[in-house]
Amino acid sequence: MIFVTVGAQMSFDRMIEWVDEWAMSENRNDVVAQIGPSDFEPRTLKVLPFMAPPEYRERMASADAIIAHAGMGSILNALELAKPIVVIPRLSRLGETRNDHQVGTAKRLSEEGLVLTANTPGRLAEQMRALTGRSLLQPIGAHAQDSLLTRLRDFAES
Amino acid sequence: MDTPIRIMAVASGGGHWVQLQRVMPAFEGHDVTFVTINPTYKADVPGERVLIVRDSTRWNKLGLIILGFQILLSLIRIRPHIVVSTGAAPGFMAIVLGRLLGAKTVWLDSIANVEEVSMSGRMVRRWAVLWLTQWPHLATDDGPKYAGRVF
Repeated sequence: MIFVTVGAQMSFDRMIEWVDEWAMSENRNDVVAQIGPSDFEPRTLKVLPFMAPPEYRERMASADAIIAHAGMGSILNALELAKPIVVIPRLSRLGETRNDHQVGTAKRLSEEGLVLTANTPGRLAEQMRALTGRSLLQPIGAHAQDSLLTRLRDFAES
Repeated sequence: MDTPIRIMAVASGGGHWVQLQRVMPAFEGHDVTFVTINPTYKADVPGERVLIVRDSTRWNKLGLIILGFQILLSLIRIRPHIVVSTGAAPGFMAIVLGRLLGAKTVWLDSIANVEEVSMSGRMVRRWAVLWLTQWPHLATDDGPKYAGRVF
């Protein structure tokens, strides 16, 4: 199963449309999606209702792969579950977000090998092929780096 | 410890909330109250105190005023020694008002801000006693400082 999410706040129809097209061309009927507040009606994707975080993570945990906007909530959830993830950055010029911070996030984290990223429907198909059967190379720990925790603990207790 | 340290941990939704969870082991053993924007997030922190405020953006003046009042009420209820936030608008309010009320404040800018510190992160600068970025290349001698990241 492939789990698709646009994050908690805004719709992202461009991404859903790309994924819908991809799923149709690949004859995949196991792609489920959280599409946010949107009227878009995918032809192939199964649309999920809003879920509370625990239920959301359970769904994610049973997926083989994740496709998401390049928001840190979605990315961190996928990395915590050691799921391979392809991210599509929201663009401000298309009104998908207020600034282009997702472009930077996607670029940087893909350089680190933590995520794959796609900026076109063709690239999405390529990345999905690259990701098939592959597990995440670098699963992340359960919490922040020790140096950060120590700095915060010292700050609170001093 | 004689007096428990009261911590007010503030984050809006999505990645801000997930990142806040990932630094909470730093405050283990202290008296923590979370402030966030979505009641369903309570399921992430079972048994913990959670106050809900309405989210706002900096483009919504009325929303910001309501949020400011809610944050002020939260501060009065919690009387925190420490205010910690990973963003965004509720965290900004909590850092500014918390500092004015004498709390020690710490801002951890979201790891999503790779190219520059966020707008709220820049605005909060003079109110955050500890002002942190999660990217070494954004750290400067005058702040923000870098001490590590959430994963």
